[in-house]
Amino acid sequence: MAGKKRDKTKKRLTALQKRNRKGYLFILPWFVGFVCFYVRSILMTVRFSFSELTMNPSTGGYSLESVGFDNYINAFRVHPAFKQIMTTSVMNMLIDVPLIIFFSLFMAILLNGVFPGRGIVRAVFFLPVILNTGAVTAALQLSAAMMNGGVASGAAELAGTSANVTFSMQYLIGMFVDLGIPSNLLGYIVGAVDRVDDIIRASGVQIVIFIAALQSISPSLYEVAKIEGASSYETFWKITFPLVMPHIITNIVYTIVDSFTNSEVVDLAYYTAFTAFDYGLSAAFSLVSTLITCLILLLVCRFIQKRTFYYN
Amino acid sequence: MKYLYKLLKIIILVGVSYVIISPLIGMIVQSVASTEDIYNPMMYVLPSHPSLEKYELASMRLDYLPTIAKNLLYTLSLTLIQLFVCSMVGYGFARFEFRFKKLLFACVVIMIVIPAHTIMLPLYMTFKNFDPMGLISLINGESLNLMSSVWPVYILTFFGCGVRSGLFIYIFTQFFRGLPKEIEEAALVDGAGVWYTYFRIMLVNAMPAVITVSVFSIVWQFNDLFYSNLFLVDEDIVISKKLASFPGVLANQDKILNITIQQQYVDAGIIMTLLPVVVIYLVLQKKFIEGSERSGIVG
Repeated sequence: MAGKKRDKTKKRLTALQKRNRKGYLFILPWFVGFVCFYVRSILMTVRFSFSELTMNPSTGGYSLESVGFDNYINAFRVHPAFKQIMTTSVMNMLIDVPLIIFFSLFMAILLNGVFPGRGIVRAVFFLPVILNTGAVTAALQLSAAMMNGGVASGAAELAGTSANVTFSMQYLIGMFVDLGIPSNLLGYIVGAVDRVDDIIRASGVQIVIFIAALQSISPSLYEVAKIEGASSYETFWKITFPLVMPHIITNIVYTIVDSFTNSEVVDLAYYTAFTAFDYGLSAAFSLVSTLITCLILLLVCRFIQKRTFYYN
Repeated sequence: MKYLYKLLKIIILVGVSYVIISPLIGMIVQSVASTEDIYNPMMYVLPSHPSLEKYELASMRLDYLPTIAKNLLYTLSLTLIQLFVCSMVGYGFARFEFRFKKLLFACVVIMIVIPAHTIMLPLYMTFKNFDPMGLISLINGESLNLMSSVWPVYILTFFGCGVRSGLFIYIFTQFFRGLPKEIEEAALVDGAGVWYTYFRIMLVNAMPAVITVSVFSIVWQFNDLFYSNLFLVDEDIVISKKLASFPGVLANQDKILNITIQQQYVDAGIIMTLLPVVVIYLVLQKKFIEGSERSGIVG
């Protein structure tokens, strides 16, 4: 009898192990791709960063000449702007992330409610995702670049309105300073309001992810809360927020990455590679900035992951 | 109080919507206005002589209908592959315990973080001389040049390295982790295999994630210029490439050098290009809402 029991547990264990081994099968396609394309490419980039690369356009090949740490030394010691651009990009990222996350969570909750015309409003909120992409910006930029003389009047008009806006802004800021609100906080909020356009445009994806997250919450939980007599404030902090938490991490990761890929460091690296044709230096720039971003991501995720609730 | 809250909600929604939509309204107005309207200082928002002439030329130069049909086919096939691969990988990460899982998942995050242009040159070289493990040169005698074809994009997408695949894997992992384990256990007790559980139960329950990812995937694939420029994909199946060079075409082929007028044609082109994506979004979104109004768990 005892032997039989042991057999059974043994069998169950192997079944679990067997099942877990299938996990490798599930991730296999990605793993192959990652090794073949990413790891290989990253190694190549690392090699570029330690050497000087000369393209050979006739054969499509290239030749490498090892220069040791020269590119890195150049980036930090010689290049006039790299350090400043790096710091401003990181600072902008750190300022923007909480704003975008709060804004998009707030908007997602508003959009998740039931009201007439919801479909249309949601479509509107999705527009920045569509409008923000390469083709549209390229077409607009190209025609804007050709546009020089024609908009002089328009520009003057614009300057007029913005002067108006800063005037009323100054007035409001003065009012709040008089009320005794700390000026650091005030500066942050004023900056946020000033860039409300950018923030709205940068939070399209996050809003969609949050809406999907809100909808994956089972309605029965809300029913229970209602029966138990919880107020909507309590319902938010006890049900909605914890269950949305995993997606807050997703969104923070996305926001950090998005703000990094659109930052000036990346532009600088791109420019160095394809306009100045200094692939080595460009590779060094990208690697350094990517490493710093990874570090920030790691710290932020560690910090939040500890406070995250998972259903299981 | 309740009405005050409602009013506040409406004001916020309308205000934010206006910020988003106002450039688009500008574009639409510009694209339907006739030339005399543009020079009329009295014209504000509503053009007095609306015409579709800008759209006619734009659709001719962009070769609109054939291009968009091919482009949608290309985009949708890529999206299907991406959905299949990324959800599978996401499920693998969310529901199986295996060695090095944390390390491998960190690799997914690294994949999201690395800007595409960092690995641009290596990727170009990989596909210019495509020769996985020396197999092709063993058969053919020389490596394959996959430039100017769609193969590199399909290969990358199939192996989970396409346009933002890392992000999609991440989204799927987070969603699968959030689903209760009980459904799976029930399926296991009922004798369903791992693959059956994944296809027929988990994927159905992750419908919000599937729709979210497919929306993003369609939009980003459709608008992607980076990969199609890098791999020199044919202009005839990627309308974004045509759109990006449209101002140049207008200047050279149609001799429209006036910038304001040119801008009108470009706006018409942009609106025509975006139209199918917006329609797809609206259709999918309906599913989105339906899905939420059913109870949380199905299958």
